[in-house]
Order: sequence, then structure tokens, then C-alpha cells
Amino acid sequence: MRVAVMATCLGDAMFPEAPRATVRLLRRLGVEVEVPEAQTCCGQPMVNTGYLDEAVPLVRRTVEAFEGFDAVVVPSGSCAGSVRHQHRLVAERAGDPAVADGVARLVPRAHELSELLVDVLGVTDVGASFPHRVTYHPTCHSLRMLRVGDRPLRLLREVRGIDLVELPRADECCGFGGTFAVKNAEVSVAMGADKARHVRETGAEVLVAGDASCLMHVGGLLSRQRAGVRTMHLAEVLASTADDPAGRA
Amino acid sequence: MGRTFVGMPPFPTAARTALADTRLRHNLAHATGTIRAKRATVVAEVEDWEDLRGQAAAVKDATLARLDEHLLTLEASLTARGATVHWARDAAEACAVVAEVARTHGVDEVVKVKSMATQEIGLNDALAAQGIAAWETDLAELIVQLGDDLPSHILVPAIHRGRAEVRDIFRTRMAAAGRPAPTDLTDDPAELAGAARLHLREKFLRARMAVSGANFAVAETGTLVVVESEGNGRMCLTLPEVLVSVVGLEKVVPTFADLDLFLRLLPRSSTGERMNPYTSTWSGVTPGDGPQEVHVVLLDNGRTRALADPVGRPTLRCIRCSACLNVCPVYERVGGHAYGSVYPGPIGAVLNPMLRGVGTDPVTDSLPYASTLCGACGDVCPVAIDLPGLLVHERIRVVDAHRADPRPKPEALAMRAAAWALGDARRMSLAERASGLAGRAWRGRGMPGGRRALSWLPFPGSRWTGARDLPVPPAESFRAWWRRTGRDEGTGR
Repeated sequence: MRVAVMATCLGDAMFPEAPRATVRLLRRLGVEVEVPEAQTCCGQPMVNTGYLDEAVPLVRRTVEAFEGFDAVVVPSGSCAGSVRHQHRLVAERAGDPAVADGVARLVPRAHELSELLVDVLGVTDVGASFPHRVTYHPTCHSLRMLRVGDRPLRLLREVRGIDLVELPRADECCGFGGTFAVKNAEVSVAMGADKARHVRETGAEVLVAGDASCLMHVGGLLSRQRAGVRTMHLAEVLASTADDPAGRA
Repeated sequence: MGRTFVGMPPFPTAARTALADTRLRHNLAHATGTIRAKRATVVAEVEDWEDLRGQAAAVKDATLARLDEHLLTLEASLTARGATVHWARDAAEACAVVAEVARTHGVDEVVKVKSMATQEIGLNDALAAQGIAAWETDLAELIVQLGDDLPSHILVPAIHRGRAEVRDIFRTRMAAAGRPAPTDLTDDPAELAGAARLHLREKFLRARMAVSGANFAVAETGTLVVVESEGNGRMCLTLPEVLVSVVGLEKVVPTFADLDLFLRLLPRSSTGERMNPYTSTWSGVTPGDGPQEVHVVLLDNGRTRALADPVGRPTLRCIRCSACLNVCPVYERVGGHAYGSVYPGPIGAVLNPMLRGVGTDPVTDSLPYASTLCGACGDVCPVAIDLPGLLVHERIRVVDAHRADPRPKPEALAMRAAAWALGDARRMSLAERASGLAGRAWRGRGMPGGRRALSWLPFPGSRWTGARDLPVPPAESFRAWWRRTGRDEGTGR
């Protein structure tokens, strides 16, 4: 099976640990991994801020870059959600049947990481080891746009040595919200402060989520508070093994 | 004249002020948390809840698709039952109808049933300008009115007030409006309700005219329906001689049997009750029983504008339950006033731009952005309005309305620049190399996990770093790593 990794623009430019871990994890599971180099950004920041015209070239590039693979894995709930629920809207605006056809071919092949592992590859025990106290934040778009349910938790529960603690009010938004984080920075931070408080209440060393963007927000707050909690993408924890533990540079 | 929302700042500014109000934050967190939990419990009891939502959405959509026919049927049914039907294109026309009825009967006061439509059109101020006092009789609306305040929630308009504040309002303001509060009034909820009951009783018994809205209007039978908890509505709907009801065009349902569905969905979604205490229905005039003169004002005020937008039309399914407000993490922290409308929260962020149009008023244009798109609102909506999808739709309409502006906003320029930089892998790669070099030169404090922190950036980056660290850009992007090592099979280190 040939699987293409959609690194996402944020993963590529700011948090390369997440797509790198995705590559390592899938190779360990015997998957043939490809990274189409023409990929850039799925267009979500533009669509979610209302800039549909600006998203057209990005969606066009995305569908072209991922043409022909058996599956596309996205280590981000919100980017996977954008592909699945927003790309059609952008294709309509483009008014180009080639884009619409490309989107129609991409949508059924695009899977968020936990979906690919559990539904496509049929694994929950990925052979990972991560002996740390961890709490998991289910990001809004994985929860309510993609409906990944407890797939990430099922994967995490199988990790060797993990001390998985439940996050209070877990399904509540962290306050990131894309450009909301700067357009309504104060509300964003007020929400994030509550999320950070709940994370600290768990006594976890590591906050894990499936979206680097939400982690950037909550992690930024935790760092400013000197909370002594680090953030890690779900892929990093699942890629971690006793011989090759996560957190190595 | 009471306070109005006119002249309030756009959402981000208003929200900033609200966030600093500690009592507001406390009251809202407590109140929304309580209603959220109650709703979740009673909704979980209904096995076919998701089916009911789907059915309700279908009934509303089918009705909206032939709204003109259903409205004419409603008019005919109401007229046949002895009611007088008025059509109002906007707030001014609707207020004029109510004032004219009052003048005809020579009344200088009316009692009111809690009604969003009359709040929307600013009826109380319009009547006051004509020397007619409009007394709110819903407990929370009474608190808002006596406090010269504005409603901040669709169902619980005084949700931002604590009981100590309510006591102070009653003690200092009730006397000027009628029967004063007892001098030894405490903040015990039962005592507060008792004071309101006595204060309102003389108004119910004296009033010759009442004004209401309606939760539903049945086309087939000409029946209006008011759903309430306190019984004040029942008083207003039965005691006075004259009743005027201001009803939004979208309130129509085709048949009496349709009520079955909505009366199951509404109480559980709004107050978190299995059934509301009072459901009043009336069909025109019943000789010798209740008001002997009944008027119905069918209100457009932007609803046909919303109807004309095929994507936005489902907004008109809304039955004003407030479930989306109670579950919204943004609403929970800033309250209703920041939205600058009687319709706050996620539904307000969609409905106000729909009713008013976009591109002219900065307050309205700011509303669709008053959300993180977390989707909690869409999940609880009893008529399955895709609120997160519609928030994006409204954002698109706002941006499109400003595309021809002679001076584009900085945000528009930034989006164009970002779309250009991200539009090509080579350009993106160059940008990553530049940010990687800058990151390598940065000597900031270390963050947990080993990255160094950017703790200060100039505007507009300060909007982020004001409260949050940002890791410095990595020395090597993912695509650079893939080129260097990733292509090789193996562990991919």
C-alpha cells in the first residue's frame, strides 16, 4: 500500500516532528510512504477566514500533488476536516471541473492519522513505548468534524509504559480557532488558560493531541506559565519505541 | 428611552471589556454550566433524539421552501378565526402597528410576554416614544428592564446578573415602576420571585392590552403558541381585552400535528426540562373567553433576505432555544452584550448578518468571526442547523462584500501574501530556509521539549506573544528533512 503523507503547512514549516514521526511510524508498520514534494497548504486558513478565492490555487495544488496514491494520511484533524468538508466548496468557487473531479477523488482517500491506523490498517497496538504521564486533548475538528471518536485513545491505551490520565472537560475547545487566535486574541487566551489549567490538574508531563495548531496554542500558554508540561503530537508518541524513544532531536 | 445596542463597538473590543468583568465571568460559567448539564441529561433520555432533529429540520426546510403559501394559509386561518393580520416589512412598520392599536384603545401601558421579535424591533422604546409604557412580565426581562440593562441571552436575558444584583435592582428600581419591593428584601431566590410576583400582579390586573410574540404559528388552524415557564405569559394572554402578537415570518408550521415534534425538542434544548410548565395556544378570538380583539403582526425585518440565500436559509429553522449559546465556549466567557444584538452566541453570529446584510456595519461583519469553529453549537442544535458551516459561509460573504474596497484591509493583504507564498513548493521552501536561519540565530529561553521560545514579537505578532510563547522556527523543515534523509527507507531518523 502506497500512502502519501500530507505534512500540512504548519507541520512542514513549524512542527516537522509530527510528519517525521508519521513517516517513521508508518514505515515501522510496513507501509510504503511517499511525500509528494509539490504539496504546500490545504487552504484551510483562507477558507476559515472567509477568503475563498485565495484558497482556490492551494486546493488545486493539493489535489494535484496527492493524485494517484492509495491513501493520504493527514496528521491533523482540522486539515483532514478541511479536505473532507471544505474542498468541495472551494472547487465550486473555482468553477473548474478539473478541481472538482480532483477533490472528489481525494476526499475518500484522505484519512486523519488515527483513522488511517484504526480503519485502514486495522491496528490499535502499533508497538509503541512511551513511559510518561500523558493527557490527551481531543481537538474539536477531529472530534466534531471528522468524528474520530475514541480512536486516538484506543491507540494510546496500547502504548507500553504510558500513564494515560483523563483530561477534565476534554471535549471543550482550547480557544485556538485559526485566525481567531489573533483576531480575538483575548478570548482565545481566556479559553486557552482554562484548558491549560485542566492540563495542569492532571499532573501530566506531556499533553498529546492530533493537531499541531492547538498544541502550539496551549503549549505556548503552558510555556509562558512555566508549567513544566511539554506538548507532543499523537504521531510522536505512537512512533516512540524503547530503542528509539520520542523526544530525541 | 432604555439602553440600546446601537453604537456598541465590534465584537473583539466589546469582548475584551466583558472578559475583564469577573462577576460576569463567574455568573456565566455557573449558569451556562448548569443549563448545559441539565440539557445533556434530558436529551440523553430520548432514544430517537437524532431522528427528531432530522425530522424537525425537514419540516422547517419544507415549510421555508413554500413559505409564501404557508403564510397566506396562516393569514386566511387567522382572519377566519377573528384575528386581524398585519404585514410588517421592518421594525418601524411593526412598531407602528402596535402603537396604533394602543392609540385606538386609548391605553398608555401594555403588559408583555417575553418575546424575541419585540426585542429585535425595539418595541419598548418605540412605544415609550409615544407615551406608552411597555411592562416586561417575564422575571428575567423584568430584571433587565428595571436595571435599564440589555438582554444578554435568548432564554435567560438576565443570565449575567447574580441574585445580589437582582436584589439591589428590585430595591432601588421597583418603586418607580409600580409596587415597591419590600424594604427587608434579601437575595433569597424565593423572596425575589415573591417580590416580582406582587409587583407584576397589579400590572396583570390593570392592563387592558398585552403584547406577545409566538414560538409557533400553525397555518392550518391559525393557532399561535407561546411556550413559557412562569405563567406570566398565560396571564398576559388571557386577562387583557386586546392582544397583539408580533411573529417572525419563519415561525409558521403547516399543521397542528407538527407541534408534537417541536414541543418535544424545545423544552429539552432550552431549559433542560422534559416539558415546560406553560404552553398556551390560541386561535383568533374566542367569544366570552380571553382577549376579544386579537392582532397578529407578521414580521419580515430581514427574514426574506435570509430566505433568498439558499446556503444561509436553514438559519431560519431556529426555534430560539439557546442551546448553542449555553454550549459555546466563546459565549460562556464574554456573555451576550458583546455581540451587540438581542441574538447573541453562535446563532446570533449567523442570524444577525443574515437579517441585516453584510459589508456595511463593522459590528455585524465582526460577528461571524466570534467563534473558534469548534462545532459544539452544531451538535446541540435541535433543528440541526450547521452552525459552524454557516459561520464560515458568513465569513465568506463578509470578505466578498469587501473585495471591491478601494483600500483593502491589512488582513486581506496578508491573506493574499500567504496564498502567494504557499502557492508553490519552491517559494514555501525558500521561506522555510529563511525562517530556519532566523530561528538558529535566536537565543531565547528553552521551552519544554527543547525548542527555544519566541516570547516577544512586534505587532501584529504581539497578538500571539502577548500571552503565549511561540517556538522558534525549526532549523530544518519537514520537506528539507525528507530531501536529506527521508527518501531512504529505514527508520527515517
